[in-house]
Amino acid sequence: MRVGESVRRPDGAAKVRGRFEYSSDLHAPDMLWGATVRSPHPYARIKAIDISAARAMPGVHVVLTHKDVTGRNLYGLEIKDQPVLAHDFVRYWGEAVALVAADHPEQARRAAQALKVDYEVLKPITDAEAALAPDAAKLHPNGNITRQVKIRHGDQSARADIVVTGEYEIGMQDQAPLGPESGLAVPEQDGSVELHIATQWLHVDQEQLAAVLGLPPEKVRLTMAGIGGAFGAREDLSMQAHACLLALEAGRPVKMSYSRTESFVGHVHRHPGRLWYEHGADRDGRLVYVKARILLDGGAYASSSTAVIANASCFSCGPYRVPSATIDGIVAYTNNPPCGAMRGFGSVQNCYAHEAQMDKLAAELKMDPVELRMRNALQTGDKLITGQTIDGPVPVAELLKSIAAMPLPASGEGKGGDVDLTKLPGGVSNTTHGEGVKRGVGYAIGFKNIGYSEGFKDYSTAKVRLFTKDGKARVEVHTAAAEVGQGLVTVQAQIAGTELGVNDVVVLDADTNVGSAGSSSASRQTYITGGAVKTASEAVRDRVIAMARAELRAPSGLHIENDNVVTGTGKLVVPLATLLGDEVIEETREFHPRQTFPLDAETGQADAHMQYAFAAHRAVVDVDAELGLLKVVELATAQDVGKAINPQAVEGQIEGGSAQGLGLAVMEEIQLKDGVIRNASFTDYLLPTILDMPPVRMDVLELGDPNSPYGLKGVGEPPTISSGPAIAAAVRAATGRPITRVPIRPHDLTL
Amino acid sequence: MNFLQPSTWAEALAMKAAHPEALPIAGGTDVLVEINLDHNRPDTVMDLTRVADLAEWATEDGLVRVGAGVTYTRIIDELGDRMPGLAMASRTVGSPQIRNRGTVGGNLGTASPAGDAHPPLLASDALVELASASGTRRVPVRDFFTGPKRNAARKDELIAAFLIEPATGPQTFSKVGTRNAMVIAVCSFALALDAGRRRVRTGIGSAGPTPLPAPEAEQFIEGELDWDGRQPPSDAAVARFGELAAAAAKPIDDVRGTAAYRRHALSVMARRSLGWAWQDYRVGWA
Repeated sequence: MRVGESVRRPDGAAKVRGRFEYSSDLHAPDMLWGATVRSPHPYARIKAIDISAARAMPGVHVVLTHKDVTGRNLYGLEIKDQPVLAHDFVRYWGEAVALVAADHPEQARRAAQALKVDYEVLKPITDAEAALAPDAAKLHPNGNITRQVKIRHGDQSARADIVVTGEYEIGMQDQAPLGPESGLAVPEQDGSVELHIATQWLHVDQEQLAAVLGLPPEKVRLTMAGIGGAFGAREDLSMQAHACLLALEAGRPVKMSYSRTESFVGHVHRHPGRLWYEHGADRDGRLVYVKARILLDGGAYASSSTAVIANASCFSCGPYRVPSATIDGIVAYTNNPPCGAMRGFGSVQNCYAHEAQMDKLAAELKMDPVELRMRNALQTGDKLITGQTIDGPVPVAELLKSIAAMPLPASGEGKGGDVDLTKLPGGVSNTTHGEGVKRGVGYAIGFKNIGYSEGFKDYSTAKVRLFTKDGKARVEVHTAAAEVGQGLVTVQAQIAGTELGVNDVVVLDADTNVGSAGSSSASRQTYITGGAVKTASEAVRDRVIAMARAELRAPSGLHIENDNVVTGTGKLVVPLATLLGDEVIEETREFHPRQTFPLDAETGQADAHMQYAFAAHRAVVDVDAELGLLKVVELATAQDVGKAINPQAVEGQIEGGSAQGLGLAVMEEIQLKDGVIRNASFTDYLLPTILDMPPVRMDVLELGDPNSPYGLKGVGEPPTISSGPAIAAAVRAATGRPITRVPIRPHDLTL
Repeated sequence: MNFLQPSTWAEALAMKAAHPEALPIAGGTDVLVEINLDHNRPDTVMDLTRVADLAEWATEDGLVRVGAGVTYTRIIDELGDRMPGLAMASRTVGSPQIRNRGTVGGNLGTASPAGDAHPPLLASDALVELASASGTRRVPVRDFFTGPKRNAARKDELIAAFLIEPATGPQTFSKVGTRNAMVIAVCSFALALDAGRRRVRTGIGSAGPTPLPAPEAEQFIEGELDWDGRQPPSDAAVARFGELAAAAAKPIDDVRGTAAYRRHALSVMARRSLGWAWQDYRVGWA
């Protein structure tokens, strides 16, 4: 397993065979089942809670309310504004109010239903604009603005010959991980607790849990459990604190596993938003200025809203040279479900807007949309609207050139003979045999930051251990980095294998017995934890070489290859196992990428981001214009990944990310009515199937970032940003309709 | 929860007489979902999967009698030539796993307005056979649906089978959903031409409190079609047929779509279906 090889996932076969143990499969012999009492109102004051009926139900061992939270009853990734169990108000539909643990999950659920909460129902604020009104009820002590980001770049009175404006609306997407929120909390004799949990960041869970439980961090130990997807949904606490509180009170292990419906209220969603844009350009199509107001609905609690709105603002103009920018990004509290992290993290919403604007501008100028984008493409050394000079490869023009040059799929018409329904809008539902079908082609490009921004401390820790096992060298890699399906397990093994020249590399389970790795988010783990594994492996290697030189008086220029210490010309010096004997060489290292700085409050100027990644998509879409049904015929994409550590995994990320972007464009939306989710199921929250997601034609560029390990760039998020906007552009091209809202609904295309 | 598991049809009917509250279950693709989502907590469930007769089909007096326990997969594989409309609808039901479990009998029992089997059953003038310990009766499917998720079966009755005349002309089924597979209908439309009797029959799904026929559309187009000369109907007649089909619907706004869109889509599907069916009639039907 070496860097650059396509390596299979170690858990792939088990998952396909149904033998993989997910967090929802965890079991302890004498465990209880936890259930959550949730608010039926989006906004209400809690007048009283009566637990007596629930407590008296059969099989019930523990019933807990806010009074039983042993530590601080508030948590949150950036602002501690969310109660573990609601005490005075409930602020969203489905907010946790009380907990039950019982012998059987059904007993726990029925007891939860029997618990009585007396609510004074209040009128919810379910629109972000309404939340900003001066007379709106204050949902939190500091008002309803969670964060406002101002970017003032260049000449603020710039004017242009050509001006286009637009207003865009983005629906609320869900990460929809197939694995529900679940885990097992096991109390120990000494008052500590072990939590087995599928999460994106063990240490931030640990830190928040310690505060909530009133325990020192070392008494809250976490081990990563089998995860069924994350995509941002597992950055915040869900059932972690609840299961620990129940287990510590009951003195028995407690398992919690959400139903699909509960999962929809158990995690944050992608921010829905409204975006107003004005682009000014000269007659040659060169951008003069961009003005934008971006309003995101953050829902009831802050989660990572403050960082999402920063991204939405920083990347609001797309990867273009924009001499002047006036951007106002606002994220507001409402009584809608809380929103937070999801793949793309603020750069998805704005990409729909800036790319629609670029197409509008091209149409206004009668210019080819790709040509217009090339003319404005960011290049290395350019200044971003945040004033940061962008370094490293900035292949905006190359990516556009690549997707524009790819051959187009064959036209769906004129096949003759039997109709292949699977290739038509509506699929096997037999709604068209070609009638009303029009084809459109659309282009989009986006970019975003890799890693944490605005001075948020970004680092990871790796412990690498080299020893002899059964007469052969073995390497163990231990980090707390969460494998969330992205392939980090193989990446860690590949890096240690490459640096140490050892074939037997074992990646240990992630847990809190080693230092923090940071979160599996922001497309950062291959860079940051990969960097930590590389650094620790290098330290181990240095010791091995020093040992070889000292013990064997060997010459300089030694390295390790295929379990042997060899000379610079590849001549065997000594087998590694022989050299090591009983010796164990262990090194722990932290890896810190370069520093970032907070955005200036008035101008939004700062070197706020560490690395930038780019992807472009071309979408070919057949639209049944009479019925408003779509078939995405092909997605073509080009992305610079710097260096593909595991090319097969990179392809998987690009396909999966493109699919998630497609979902938002054409079907995925949490529908709300007065703050209540109307489609909290996979029957009505639709995810793309294989008949909806086309083959992806891809061009993976490896341009090498001089600042990063192996030159790599984060891969996971960029494909999610531009695939949907390219589809929207293709639908626009096919139908001539403006398409200012996603998901695109059949009635938007027909009525 | 009481669990009844008859092994013969007679035993099943006796159990149903003794336990009229018992909820029959076959494939479980509706009942188990309802229980899992806690939308239903039946006191008594009767598993019909051991009643072998229910999974049989046979020809009887010119009709095909299909046991209530025959799965969608088998309808597609074994009966596709005799009931093409129902087979087409069956192909749009869920995933292969659902089609391997789910039954038309269960679809009728649930009587959801969105049940995919209902529009083609309406368009085929199917009969539903209901049985109890005291006897058997056959109800025209047009009289079977009595309200949202309500049907004409009495508490002591079980759905034994449905009966369909083998296709006497081209049949079609179309379903609008917001994804290209595995989707519950936003609305659906079935059409059957009866060449011998020169009749047109329709069925509308997911656009009213029950599955609905569009009788005015049927009568109108029967008079317009050139059955002998087999010339295509005029554009105006096709458009009118679409309008009348849409007018027969009683749609609402819900999480899957708007009432206005449902009417619009029905008119489009009705027009296209007529075109496809008439084309089949022109080139292929003796």
